[in-house]
Amino acid sequence: MTVIKADMRVLQAKLWYAQRISAMILGLCVAIHLLIIFYAIRGGVTAQEILGRTRGNIGFAVFYEIFVLACFVHAPIGMANILEENFPKNRFLKLVPWALALLIIFIGSVAVVSLFSGGQV
Amino acid sequence: MKVIFDLLFTLNRYNHRMTTNNLRVQVWRGTSNGEFIEYLVPRNANQTVLDVVTYIQRKLDPSLSYRFACRVGMCGSCAMTVNGLARWTCRTHVSQIVDGDALQIAPLNNLPVIKDLATDMREFFNKWKGAVGFFKGDRSRHDNFAMVPPASKERELANAGIECIGCGVCYASCEVVEARPDYLGPAALNRAWTLINDVRDIQQAERMNAVAGDAGCHACHTQGSCTERCPKKLEPTAGIAGLKKLVARAAVRGSKWGKL
Repeated sequence: MTVIKADMRVLQAKLWYAQRISAMILGLCVAIHLLIIFYAIRGGVTAQEILGRTRGNIGFAVFYEIFVLACFVHAPIGMANILEENFPKNRFLKLVPWALALLIIFIGSVAVVSLFSGGQV
Repeated sequence: MKVIFDLLFTLNRYNHRMTTNNLRVQVWRGTSNGEFIEYLVPRNANQTVLDVVTYIQRKLDPSLSYRFACRVGMCGSCAMTVNGLARWTCRTHVSQIVDGDALQIAPLNNLPVIKDLATDMREFFNKWKGAVGFFKGDRSRHDNFAMVPPASKERELANAGIECIGCGVCYASCEVVEARPDYLGPAALNRAWTLINDVRDIQQAERMNAVAGDAGCHACHTQGSCTERCPKKLEPTAGIAGLKKLVARAAVRGSKWGKL
């Protein structure tokens, strides 16, 4: 039986906590996101109409950035657990969740900025 | 009178039918390298799986190794894998689980096999110790009894998991133990949760630290096999969920026993 160091155990407990809190935020965000889609899509919708509504709208920008941040916290922790449980220990595998985190925050934030600026970055 | 005769006749016919059948019993022989050997065992009414194993050892092959003690579901020593699932064999009736006449009996999963049906349970119990699954109080024989109101929330939570007999069925059924051999497992965590709710115990901070993280409660997938298979109908999954919340909060915000 290998014993994991105390500070590692505490870190893992904190990560678990972060993942659960971010899951709550994500659940809420997904629900709001879907409701907005259902509302907006009545009678068809185009990219122009969407950008017309989101351009310069700080409320939309803040909401979607929160969404992105929750994904940024939630997904890499889950992926790290999956990798840990299904693959042999490997230094490279520890980098994969970090890469995913950076990808999510980068792509997500670019999308939010584009919505706010109306596609004119 | 006729009713009684009818009943006796039916019972007699039932018993007769049972005893004329044989069970084809495949039993694991060897260590982790081994094979299933088939034995023919006469079928009886109210026969338990432990009765079957005992019959084989006493009448057919005295070299068969297995473990049992109380035969009444108290000691937790006779658990085996029966037809693919971990069960306590002394309280499992053959008639409850056999479809046709085939029975397959193997040692518990997730534990090293010593020989035949006997597993080495040292790691299982070492993990109880690793989860600080033992009581330590601060009163001596000169002090008064501790007063724990039976209806208090802590006492009720402790009661929920206190009847564990340490049979290892949950541990053998747990997919996380299978994937992560250093995971403490449902029995040790159930014990830790029971003691967390023991208001007399004085090693709560140490216990929370021991069960935190990915070798402890936070690795549980909440799949519930332990709860489904527990012969005492305990719910380790619920206890582990309690530990997850308590310990993660203690790591982030602190608890009444301090911050982790």
